[in-house]
Amino acid sequence: MKRIIKHRLFWPIAALLVLIVINTIARPSFISVTVQGGQLYGPLIDILRNSAPLMLVALGMTIVIATRGIDLSVGAIMAVSGAVALTIIQGSPDPNGLGTVLIAIAAGVLVALVLGVWNGFLVSVVGIQPIIATLVLMLAGRGIALLITGGFITTINSEPYRFMAQGYVAGFPFAFYVSIAAVIVVALVERRTALGVLTEAVGINPEASRLAGVRSRGIIWAAYAVSGLLAGLAGILYSSNIMAADANAAGLYIELDAILAVVLGGTSLMGGKFTLAGTVVGVFTIQTLKSTITFLGVPPAVSPLFLAIVVVIVVLVQSHRVRAFAMTLGQAVRGRKTPTSTEVAS
Amino acid sequence: MPADTEVPPIVQMRGITIEFPGVKALAGVDFTLRGGEIHTLMGENGAGKSTLIKALTGVYPIDSGTITVGGRPREFRGTADAQSAGISTVYQEVNLCTNLTVGENVMLGHEVRTAGRINWAATHREAARHLENLGVRIDTRSMLAVHSIAIQQLVAISRAMVTDSTVLVLDEPTSSLDRSEVEQLFAVIRDLRDRGVAILFVTHFLDQVYEVSDRVTVLRNGTLVGEYPLSELPRATLISLMIGRELDDLAALSRSAVREVDRDAVPVFSAHDLGRKGVLEPADVTVFDGEVVGIAGLLGSGRTELVRLMYGADRADSGKVEVRGTPARITTPRHAIDHRIAFSSEDRRAEGIIGDLTTAENIVIGIQAKRGWLRKVSKAEQSAVVADYIDALGVRPADPNRLVRNLSGGNQQKVLLARWLATAPQLIILDEPTRGIDVGAKADIQRKVAELASQGLSVVFISSELEEVLRIAQRVVVMRDRRKIGELISHDIEVGDLIDFIAQDHVTAQLETPESVA
Repeated sequence: MKRIIKHRLFWPIAALLVLIVINTIARPSFISVTVQGGQLYGPLIDILRNSAPLMLVALGMTIVIATRGIDLSVGAIMAVSGAVALTIIQGSPDPNGLGTVLIAIAAGVLVALVLGVWNGFLVSVVGIQPIIATLVLMLAGRGIALLITGGFITTINSEPYRFMAQGYVAGFPFAFYVSIAAVIVVALVERRTALGVLTEAVGINPEASRLAGVRSRGIIWAAYAVSGLLAGLAGILYSSNIMAADANAAGLYIELDAILAVVLGGTSLMGGKFTLAGTVVGVFTIQTLKSTITFLGVPPAVSPLFLAIVVVIVVLVQSHRVRAFAMTLGQAVRGRKTPTSTEVAS
Repeated sequence: MPADTEVPPIVQMRGITIEFPGVKALAGVDFTLRGGEIHTLMGENGAGKSTLIKALTGVYPIDSGTITVGGRPREFRGTADAQSAGISTVYQEVNLCTNLTVGENVMLGHEVRTAGRINWAATHREAARHLENLGVRIDTRSMLAVHSIAIQQLVAISRAMVTDSTVLVLDEPTSSLDRSEVEQLFAVIRDLRDRGVAILFVTHFLDQVYEVSDRVTVLRNGTLVGEYPLSELPRATLISLMIGRELDDLAALSRSAVREVDRDAVPVFSAHDLGRKGVLEPADVTVFDGEVVGIAGLLGSGRTELVRLMYGADRADSGKVEVRGTPARITTPRHAIDHRIAFSSEDRRAEGIIGDLTTAENIVIGIQAKRGWLRKVSKAEQSAVVADYIDALGVRPADPNRLVRNLSGGNQQKVLLARWLATAPQLIILDEPTRGIDVGAKADIQRKVAELASQGLSVVFISSELEEVLRIAQRVVVMRDRRKIGELISHDIEVGDLIDFIAQDHVTAQLETPESVA
């Protein structure tokens, strides 16, 4: 039991479970899953489906944060990749052709990768602070997207493209498979190669890593490139969901949700050690919260406040200090000797 | 004069026990500190010195035992409690606000107020008075950051005096000071002692202990060995009390330097006119196979700057480098590593260890960086390499999965040595590998260096302790004022000669060094 509590994913998972339980108590239908025509439906399935774009963005954000960086441009990159893909499909004679759609997706993701490489260049080669370097694209990216769409909201009709976000495979939403595949690929690349540990080394102590011979420039550069690529994929999912490229709304504020998901998962904003599994849990927590708002019928006007309060509570529950304080209080009430904090040694 | 035992103690710690998960850091330790004495706390790394200090300064809560300060039992729940009990601490890395002025730092929280508002003129006057008490005359309106570490420490001490501290804890204050700064610091603390302040001093420099201390308390493995008046304690006894074994190891090592080195062969590394404007005047360095080249010189003499240029940690703007007779371009650490040159920085924490990674990861990262990210060192290979080096260098605790930041300084140094040895270098540059670590680990590292050199590895060794340089190195490059002033064969000379050589104005005694310095 003690070992389970000590596991660093314990509190993030506990927070997620508590949220689900509260929802279920409020409306038992929350955990109901129904089968219609071989497809699963229900609030939980919606969470899996809707969390896909955030999952992709948060994965990239985790890697960037591990290098002591931050990527504010992910939302804007989503807008660009969606705009590129939809413009290609719209201009093509065969919008329903699988080939057209694949080319469009590839082009969108490739442009996003280029933008990520640009961010990485500014941070790792030019040496601009990450928050400023990525702010450039955060502001300029939506302008680029508007240029691509000619200032309009591009809408299309393309069944294969619609399938990305709205299709089902073996009962589950296709978007869910995309996000899980991304998690697996990123996890394999980070942990099966040495990229993960080298990234952590650079995040923990850049100068020591440099002197130890770690090519930190390449590692930091790669982190932003990956973040851009994943944001591009997220942009495809987002635009597929609404079948439109909306340069102003696509991925709006998603960078903040992604940063929050990373932190909720237990990766420190100071960089260094990162946990992809934690980020996955963090993403589900945020998405569950968002459905809670709609599900419980919280009025839209107060929903940001509701979200903020819940986030503060979740963060507090996960804080070592607050928990230690609560335990001290609990024991003081019961009149026992104050335990010595074991935190000091670690 | 040393205080008598009859003087009522200011601090009494009895039966102090502190446990961390899996380790008893302190087991029933007694410690007594009297007014008007300079008391040194000694012990190897891991003996419990820092834990005891942290208990006294309120950083760690104690599991059992009592702390009495000024006759009153105290329970410290934080550093603020200890400070209000009159205990001030000056750390090696000064914990002041470098972005404030000297005066603001001295008087912080005790500013002179007139009608409820801070009277800055009076505050600075007051700060200047406190500083002057310590013999420090600097502009109190200057930023703290512009002053040397030595001055910053004196500012920290003045601050302690402003808060009416009766106990002053100096935690390795001299580690980054040069000789004259140490003198100045000692003059100040002797003066404070004579005014009745109780001073707890922690250092690794034996000379300084004997120079300034009245009494010493020795700890070993978290237990108290004893308390001794220093005048009755010969050095050899003190050292053996600390490490709990005789100094055979160190004695056997003495002058491993005598071994002959073939200097007619092609050198492993040679640099001609290696320099950088404003950092180091062009200097020549040659290292042969199996040779230990010491670099001697005071802090700031250019010794660190020289090796950083050799490794490419900083970029040289003049000079030619050859590795085994072939011209080489070394402008980044990667270039040096590709030429199988390794470098361990003097700043272990900032430039050496990667604190949040484990011992194993810290050791393997050198190999990993060399291979690139695609070819990960396998689990099996990692555990084999790590187990070998933990064993060969005696890393304690011998747990490869412990975070390296939780290891003592000496063990961190061993981990760094392991990291580099694992990459199979032909030349290893060690900048102050024994600074701030205990006698036992020091002997381990010296022995390892001598052993590696006898197996053919070339070593460049920097140390502030000239004895150590002479003991380990066959040849000594002497630096002063950011330039090389000569070279000596170490078995020809004694420490005194080396000091003379560093101190003299015109270099006459030179050996195979081309540039004569006027």
